[in-house]
Amino acid sequence: MAVTQMVGARIQRREDPKLITGHGRYVDDITLHNMAHMAVVRSPHAHARIASIDITEATRARGVVAVYTARDFRGVLAGAIPVTNSFVPDKKQVPDQFYVAETEAVYQGEPVAVVLAEDRYLAADAAQLVMVDYEPLPAVMDLEKAMRPDSPVVATGRPDNIAWDTEFPGGDIDAAFAEAEVVVKERITQQRLFPIAMEMRGCVAEYVPFDNRLTLWTSTQVPHFIRLFISGAMGIPEAQMRVVAPDVGGGFGSKIRPYPEEYLCCAASKLTGRPVKWNEERSENLVATTHGRGQIFDIEVAARNDGTLLGLRITQLLDIGAYHGVFSAFQAVASLVGGGCYEWKAVHGHSIGVFTNRTSTDPYRGAGRPEATHLVERAVDLVARRIGMDPVEIRRKNFVRTFPHPNNFGLVYDSGDYDKTLDRALEMVDYPALRRRQEELRAQGRYLGIGLSTYVEICGLGPSAATAPAAGIALVESSVVRVHPTGSVTVVTGTHAHGQGHDTTFAQIVADALGVPYESVELRHGDTADTPFGYGTYGSRSLAVGGVSIARSCQKVVEKARRVAAHIFEAAEEDIVVDQGRYHVRGNPADARTLAELAFATYGPGLPEGMEQGLEAVTYFDPPNFVWPFGCHVCVVEVDPATGAVHIERYVAVDDCGNVINPLVVEGQVHGGVAQGIAQALFEEVRYDDESGQLLTGTFLDYLVPTIAEMPDFELDRTVTPSPTNELGVKGIGEAGTIASSPAVINAVADALAPFGITHVEMPASPDRIWSLIKEAQS
Amino acid sequence: MKQSVAVTVNGTQREDLVEPRMLLVHYLREVAGLTGTHIGCDTSQCGACTVLLDGRAVKSCSVFAVQADGRSVATVEGLAATGTLHPVQQAFWNEHGLQCGFCTPGFVMATAALLEQNPSPSDEDITKGLEGNLCRCTGYANIRRAVRSAAAMMGGQAAAPTGSPAAAPAAAPAATAGS
Repeated sequence: MAVTQMVGARIQRREDPKLITGHGRYVDDITLHNMAHMAVVRSPHAHARIASIDITEATRARGVVAVYTARDFRGVLAGAIPVTNSFVPDKKQVPDQFYVAETEAVYQGEPVAVVLAEDRYLAADAAQLVMVDYEPLPAVMDLEKAMRPDSPVVATGRPDNIAWDTEFPGGDIDAAFAEAEVVVKERITQQRLFPIAMEMRGCVAEYVPFDNRLTLWTSTQVPHFIRLFISGAMGIPEAQMRVVAPDVGGGFGSKIRPYPEEYLCCAASKLTGRPVKWNEERSENLVATTHGRGQIFDIEVAARNDGTLLGLRITQLLDIGAYHGVFSAFQAVASLVGGGCYEWKAVHGHSIGVFTNRTSTDPYRGAGRPEATHLVERAVDLVARRIGMDPVEIRRKNFVRTFPHPNNFGLVYDSGDYDKTLDRALEMVDYPALRRRQEELRAQGRYLGIGLSTYVEICGLGPSAATAPAAGIALVESSVVRVHPTGSVTVVTGTHAHGQGHDTTFAQIVADALGVPYESVELRHGDTADTPFGYGTYGSRSLAVGGVSIARSCQKVVEKARRVAAHIFEAAEEDIVVDQGRYHVRGNPADARTLAELAFATYGPGLPEGMEQGLEAVTYFDPPNFVWPFGCHVCVVEVDPATGAVHIERYVAVDDCGNVINPLVVEGQVHGGVAQGIAQALFEEVRYDDESGQLLTGTFLDYLVPTIAEMPDFELDRTVTPSPTNELGVKGIGEAGTIASSPAVINAVADALAPFGITHVEMPASPDRIWSLIKEAQS
Repeated sequence: MKQSVAVTVNGTQREDLVEPRMLLVHYLREVAGLTGTHIGCDTSQCGACTVLLDGRAVKSCSVFAVQADGRSVATVEGLAATGTLHPVQQAFWNEHGLQCGFCTPGFVMATAALLEQNPSPSDEDITKGLEGNLCRCTGYANIRRAVRSAAAMMGGQAAAPTGSPAAAPAAAPAATAGS
C-alpha cells in the first residue's frame, strides 16, 4: 500500500539555491566564441511608408560586422509569423507578417533592419546610423472608428480593418431577454497591459556553416514550437535544429510565440557564419513584445427582480494590433466562459477582432479568462445594485451546483463547490461585521468598499477533442521517465518552467509514484535535444496535462518493474505487492526488491521471455476534458474621496485547484497572480497617442508596475475539490489569482463609491479617474 | 580610448581596461564574468542590477565602471562564497521569496544593505528599503516575509507586521522536506 509522502508536502524549491546565489543561467549569461551582437532598427512611426533605407554609414561604423534589411532576409527566411485558429477558425483576413518590414511599417517598434557588431555598444551606435526615409501615413488607433467603412486601413492593400467577426450562440438569447424584469447594460474596458517578464526577451543563435545545423538559446515558454516554426522558415530539417530555453525570467504569456527577432537572429547567424546574440532592452520590450488585453466589452444582462439571472449578451471588440498575434483569437474565449459560475438560460457572444497600428496583443496571464471573470462579476454586482440585493445573495441564488456541468456553449465544468469557497472567504473577513463597519464609517464620511469575485476558470489546455477544432492543434503533453541502472530517475517533460517550480513539484509526484527518494529524481525540460516534442507552459496546463503525463509514465515503469519482480520471485504478477517502491510477494514483505534493484536487473540478462532491456516509459497524455479551478476572492478597500486614492485594507483569497502537490508553490502562484490583477485594477495602462500612434508609456517611469509599497499582504486559504478529469485530481493555479482579482478590486471600489451613486469604475481605477467620477457625480 | 580601472570585486583585486562609457553592470557581467547581476530595465527603475559599492547598495546600471576605480564591489556571487548561504539568501529560500529568480540577486543585495544599516526594520522600513526593486512573480508578500525572517536570523528582530491580519494558513512557516 503506497503511502503518500511527498505529494502535498510543503517543501522548499530545489531550483532556488542557484538562483539566489547568482548561478542561474539566463540567455544573456551565454557567451560563445566569436559571437556578434545584434541591434534592431525599429520604426519610430505607427504607420509609415518606407521610401528607402540607407545603410552606408552604419556599415562603415566602428566594429560593425553587417547590416541586414528585408532584402537580405528574404534570401534565408521563408513564410511569415504563424497565426493559429484559436477559437476563430474563420477569420476574415490573415495578412502575412514577414519578420522585418520591407516597404511599410505598421506599428511603432516594428523591426526594419538589424545591425551586427563586435559588442552591444557598437551595435547600438551603428543602429542609430541606419538612415530610413519614412513617409508617415495615418495611424488607425480607435477601435470603433477603425470599424467604419470609411476608415483608413492599417496597412496598404487591406480591404478594411476587420480581422474577424464571429458570433458564439449559447442558447436562445432573445427568449431569455423576453423574460427579463430587469435589464442592465454596461461598457467595460480592458485596457492594454504590458506583460513584463523581469527578464526581457533575448536569444543566441549559432548556425554552423557547411554543417547546416542551428542551435538557438532563447527566452521562451515553448521551445518546441519555436523549433517547429523557425526550422520551417529557415529550411532546416527540424532534426538539425536545437532550441534551448535555459533559465527563463518569467513569461506570463508573452513568450509563448515565435517572435520576429528570433527568426532574424537565426538568419543573421546563417548570413554571417558567426554566432549572434540579441538582447532586448526594456524600452524595446515595452514597444515590441506583445501586449495583453486591449478589449472593449459591451454587456447586457437580463434578470428577474428576485435576482435570478436569465441572459447575458457579450460584445467583445478586440484590438489585435497591426498583425494577428499568434494566439490573439484565443481571447475570444471570454465569451465562452463569460457566464462564470452561474446558471444562465442563454449567453450570447459576439467577438470582433479589429486591426490598429499598434503592437499585436497576444495572451497575457489568463488570456480571455480575466476578461470573462471581470465582465460577469461586474455584471452580477450591477444587477444586485439595481434590485437592491446583497452581492453575496445574488451569487448564491445563481451558482451552478451540479457537476459535471455543461455550460451554455457545451464546455463541461468538471467539479466544483462554489458555496464552500464563498462561505470560507466570508468567514475569514467576517462579512456581517464588515458590512456593519462599512455603515458606521459611511456615517463618518469614510468610504469602505467590499468586493467579491467568485470565479471559475478553464485551464489545463487542452483536450485535443476541444483544441483541435478550435486551435488546429492537439495540446497534449509528453513525458519520459527513465530509471537508471543504479536507481536514480531522469524525468523529461515537454512543459517549461520559468518560475513555476516544476523541478520540485514534478519530482514530488515521481517520488510517490515510483516510491523512490525525492532526491533521486531529476527533471529535465526546455531543451529540444533531450525532450520529446513538448507543448510548453501556458494556460495553467503544466500540472494537469504535463504532471499527469509524468504520473502515467511512472505507472508504466511500475508495471514493468512488477513483471520483472514476478519473474525474479517466480510468482504470478498479480501476487506482487508494490509498497512504497518495494516489490514483494503477497504475505512475504521481508523478501523484497527495491525499484533500484529491479532497475539494475532490467539492464542485465535473464529477463522474462520477450522483454526488452531498460526501465523507461514515454507518454503523450491527451486529457479527456479541461480542468476548472474556482474560488472566492474578497477585497476590502477604503477610498479617499478627497484624492481618489484607493487603499487595499485586506485581500482574502480562497482558491480550489483540486489536489495540491506543494502548498508553498501554490500560495506563491496565487500571490503573484493576485498582484498582477491588482496591478491591472489600480495601476497599469498602456497608452498611445490617439493621433500619432506614439507609445506614451514607453518606460517604467510612465508605466506603473507596482512595487512593494503598493502590494498588501494576502490572506489565503484553500478548499480541495479534486478534479475527476485526471487521476491526480489536480487542476491548475498559475493564472487563478489574475483571473479572480481585478473584479474583486473593482467591485470593492464601486461598492465604496455607492453613496455617490457610482455603479461602475473603469480600470485602472487611478486616483484621478476616481476623483473625476466623484466630482461628476456631485455636480 | 580605454581606461584602466582597479576594482576589488568580491574581495579579489582586478585591473582591466574599459571604455569610459561602459556601465558597471556590463563590467561585472562581461569583463569580470559575474552574470548573477541582472539587467531588467534601462531607466534604473527595476533594481535587478543592485550591487554593493563600498558597502552601499547601488544600481550598477547607473554607475560607470570607471567610477568604481579604486573601490570595492560586492555582488550576489560573493555573498555565499564560503559555501554557506547568507541569511538573506536562506530567508528568501525558506519563505519562497522568489519564483523565476531574475530579480532575486538585486533583492538579495538590497536586503543585505538594508539589514546592514537597520538590523530591525519595521514593515515601513522594508518598504522604503526595497521600493526601488521590481518583482513580477511574487507579489512581494513573501519577499517582505523573507526580509523579516532574515532580520530575525541575523539577530535583529524585524518588527512584527502591524495591522495585517495574516492569520491564514499561508502564514505558516515553510518547513523543509519531511523525508
